[in-house]
Amino acid sequence: MNSLRRIFALVYRHVAIYRRSWPRLVEICYWPTLELLIWGFTANFFAHAHASPAALASGALIAGVMLWEVTLRGQLGVTVTFLEEIWSRNLGHLFVSPLRPAELVAALLTVSALRTLVGLFPATIIAYLLYSFNILHLGPVLILFFVNLLIMGWWVALGITSLLFRYGAGAESLAWTIAFGITPFACVFYPVSALPFWLQPVALALPAAHIFEGMRAVLLYHAVDWRNLWQATALNAAWTVIAIAIFSGEFRAARIRGALISIGE
Amino acid sequence: MEAIVVENLVKQYPQTLAVDDISFTLEPGRILGLLGGNGAGKTTTISMLLGLLVPTSGRITVLGHDMAHDRFAALARMNFSSPYISLPARLTVVENLRVYGHLYNVPHLARRIEELAAQFNLGPLLNRPAGELSAGQKTRVALAKSLINKPDLLLLDEPTASLDPDTGDYVRSVLEDYRREQNAAILLASHNMAEVERLCDEVLMMKLGKIVDRGTPDALIARYGRETMEQVFLDIARSETV
Repeated sequence: MNSLRRIFALVYRHVAIYRRSWPRLVEICYWPTLELLIWGFTANFFAHAHASPAALASGALIAGVMLWEVTLRGQLGVTVTFLEEIWSRNLGHLFVSPLRPAELVAALLTVSALRTLVGLFPATIIAYLLYSFNILHLGPVLILFFVNLLIMGWWVALGITSLLFRYGAGAESLAWTIAFGITPFACVFYPVSALPFWLQPVALALPAAHIFEGMRAVLLYHAVDWRNLWQATALNAAWTVIAIAIFSGEFRAARIRGALISIGE
Repeated sequence: MEAIVVENLVKQYPQTLAVDDISFTLEPGRILGLLGGNGAGKTTTISMLLGLLVPTSGRITVLGHDMAHDRFAALARMNFSSPYISLPARLTVVENLRVYGHLYNVPHLARRIEELAAQFNLGPLLNRPAGELSAGQKTRVALAKSLINKPDLLLLDEPTASLDPDTGDYVRSVLEDYRREQNAAILLASHNMAEVERLCDEVLMMKLGKIVDRGTPDALIARYGRETMEQVFLDIARSETV
């Protein structure tokens, strides 16, 4: 119970900031909406210029944009929330309070989930109004896609947070770039087979590539590809264990080096 | 039970020996001053007491809990204030106090915040963002935060920095009352020697990571043949030997 209260304390701290700041709320929604507008109009153009296969592909493109944003926003939701503590020089107070590292992570993940849901809401509405695309037509399996992609964003974020423990705020730029760098291998807009054969193992090691293969199967063939879904879930479990081990190790090392005191410098 | 027991504490960085085999204790209801110039090892010692930093060797026991294995049990019963660590600037004062009240599992939090607001004259500031406060107001808020859980052990780094003399005097009175009423132990790092003379029952003088002298302020003043702690501090800081 005390643990839940400490997690709530940190979630409340971040929600209080967003509650009062409309520019921050706009920032959460801005990129998902912009991405959707660019790719949505592009997809619409091809769908109208060509025949029905292109129309089907346009749906996959819009769904891909929206679902990949779950990973990107999920990752940014964790790392930006952690960076907020560094920027406000508040980490010292947090780390000398009874807040356990696991509770800190739980709070970061909760804030990330809230930010992702809020950030994607306008894009979902715009996709329906402008492109007549309803993401909910993916069916209940959408929840499994969403959860898997969010978890992938989270373990990437834990890796970046570990780098922040090691290299301090100097590693801040990685928070904005690493997940975008994964995009070519996530196979959001094309199948894994479109990659050179030597790059395919890299893509197949990422849960996202399996999720997007599954997404295309639902949209194009109206079939749930359970094999890909299970592979994505198993990969997420393995990567999460690795990310937690790295995070714990870097946190312990930061306490030995004294980096928790100087992390913002 | 002692509030703090430090035994043969060492912190060795790759290039520097920051704390060199120090030992001391602090009893409940007592105020211990930790003094020394820049680089003496005060901040490193406080960081190890707070669990922010892992010692190279030695042992720290806080309120009966070994900080190497059971630090969260101790952290729930202690608190810390330093003007060098900020509270979130965009949160209001009351939101900051709520956050820390929840983190420390404070019962009847709204009432506790009212008490602290009255004690530190924070009423008019409660709904203002912490980042818009003056340095003195921030120090008062930080002190209120440090007392929110009624800690048995309080670690204070420059508690009256940035305060005008009147407010500084008031805060010292609050700390004296708090120590007496709660039988709390206080570890105080300060460069304000008048404050040290007034508040501290005992003083540890640190230099280059070692404790070079200790005693009550009166005993130290007498030992060095001086009239104030300021002069004692200068004698020790400028001496060649450790």
